[in-house]
Amino acid sequence: MKITQLSVFAENKPGYIIAPCRRLADAGIRIRAISLAETKAFGVLRMIVSDWKSATRLLEESGFMVRPTEVLAIEVPEGPHGLSELLLAVEKTALNIEYMYAFPYGHADKGILVFQFDDLDAAVERLQQAGVNLVSREALQEIYGD
Amino acid sequence: MKTGTQATPHSFRPECALDYMPVQELRQVQLNRLRAVVQRAWDRVPLFRSRMNERGLLPEQIRSLSDAAKLPFTVKADLRDTYPFGLFAAPMREVVRLHASSGTTGKPIVVAYTQEDLEIWTSVMARALAACGVQEGDIVQNAFNYGLFTGGLGYHYGAERLGATVIPASGGNTERQIMIMRDFGPTVVFSTPTYFLHIVDRAEQLGVDLRELPVRIGFFGAEPWTDAMRSRIEQAAGIKAYDLYGLSEIIGPGVSVECPYQDGSHIFEDHFLAEIIDPETGQVLPEGEEGELVLTTLSKQAMPLIRYRTRDISALMPGTCACGRTIRRMRRVERRSDDMLIIRGVNVYPSQVEAVLLEFDGTQPHYQIILTREQDLDQMEVQVEVTQKIFSDKVAAMEVLQKKLSDAMRQVLQTRVQVTLVAPSTIQRSEGKAKRVIDRRKI
Repeated sequence: MKITQLSVFAENKPGYIIAPCRRLADAGIRIRAISLAETKAFGVLRMIVSDWKSATRLLEESGFMVRPTEVLAIEVPEGPHGLSELLLAVEKTALNIEYMYAFPYGHADKGILVFQFDDLDAAVERLQQAGVNLVSREALQEIYGD
Repeated sequence: MKTGTQATPHSFRPECALDYMPVQELRQVQLNRLRAVVQRAWDRVPLFRSRMNERGLLPEQIRSLSDAAKLPFTVKADLRDTYPFGLFAAPMREVVRLHASSGTTGKPIVVAYTQEDLEIWTSVMARALAACGVQEGDIVQNAFNYGLFTGGLGYHYGAERLGATVIPASGGNTERQIMIMRDFGPTVVFSTPTYFLHIVDRAEQLGVDLRELPVRIGFFGAEPWTDAMRSRIEQAAGIKAYDLYGLSEIIGPGVSVECPYQDGSHIFEDHFLAEIIDPETGQVLPEGEEGELVLTTLSKQAMPLIRYRTRDISALMPGTCACGRTIRRMRRVERRSDDMLIIRGVNVYPSQVEAVLLEFDGTQPHYQIILTREQDLDQMEVQVEVTQKIFSDKVAAMEVLQKKLSDAMRQVLQTRVQVTLVAPSTIQRSEGKAKRVIDRRKI
């Protein structure tokens, strides 16, 4: 039920965000979602990519500090209150959220929220109990056709 | 600790016979050689002769070892000012080898060897390696750079002299170094301490446990290193890590070496005269006191150096070593006098920063100190390379780590430090030696 996200260490210097993206693009790896968390001194580039194993190897070979981590992808229900209902459900589980970002789901008018919780296993359990729709790795692949 | 032959402290090796010379005899050898080298430099090196003249001093006035204190110092600037060949004391047709320093600042310095000088160099390196048990049958991986730098060839010839199998791996290409360590099964490694720590780090990432490999001892030098670095190396690689001290100006590696007691480095006193001076006043300090190491080459022909100020902070250790060697010991060099930084009036050494990084689980001593001045106030930034162990997808966790490092450094250095995490392998390294300080203060 978990998907793999890549985190790449990014210095606060020009070119530090473009470089890993270009590297992946050159190798034909698709970036599904990307988000930058930054501090005064450095940033962490978080990505969901089409082939995280090849992407990790490529980026490491190019000298980047990469860490694959598991995160949860949650489908946002359709309808005007889809997002707020989902967030309410998450909040009710009393899970501690580390970070979150969103990306569109395939070509349909849908969205996915990527969540990192401090206790991922507990999160899976409680969210499933709450009837939240976790998107699996396989489902993502199917949607994108790769 | 893995099994295999560790040197037993008292196992006598014929290569090391001179290390046990009776003290009286040793001092006599030193005096004879000192007088000869002073005469040679006087005869052949104009700069030395003019410095002697300024002091109204003649070579024949050097009658005892303590008279050495009367002789003028040689400093690194002298080598630069006379670049490239100005301090040579042999004609080029007798010079069979040239080496040069890395020259991170300005012009490099050039050093020269006659055939006899190379023989001395090889012999002191063989003595150094034999002291810690290197012998025929050992396979040696030499990760010092081959080239103008003295490290590669100096170690190479010493190990070969002992009949060991030498792998001239040279520096860099860390994954290949690890492959060689795994596939060729070296029992001995040579490296700068920081580069070896880098190898250790990479091996860990690749899932290679160096403790499982046949390597049992390592010789480290070419830059100051601390006890904390030693224990990190010994634990991570399951080896004994020995200090082998030297500098290109004097001969290259091979001035002094630790014995298996790891209690100070034995100076090859029959070839090098060591003094400790107060770096401020230039006065010779008594045995045991800390100061700047000053070395005189006693037997080198192509480029004898008289009272060369090494800038390395050390002390001559009193008493005799349990190994029975009569040649005296110097304390391992952990810092250099020109490393000292004055930040907001506080004396700071890069080795202190290093010690903090080594105490933290997950950080490596790959760092750089950047000094700037904002509104007349010194700012000290320490850039630390992020490692696989500390890198996290959670920004908060890394910020906490940055803060902890800053706090710990402030404790030790007594001055405010801003710690910045930087990308791996971004800190400039030359010859495998790290450049530690960038001072951008405009004073």
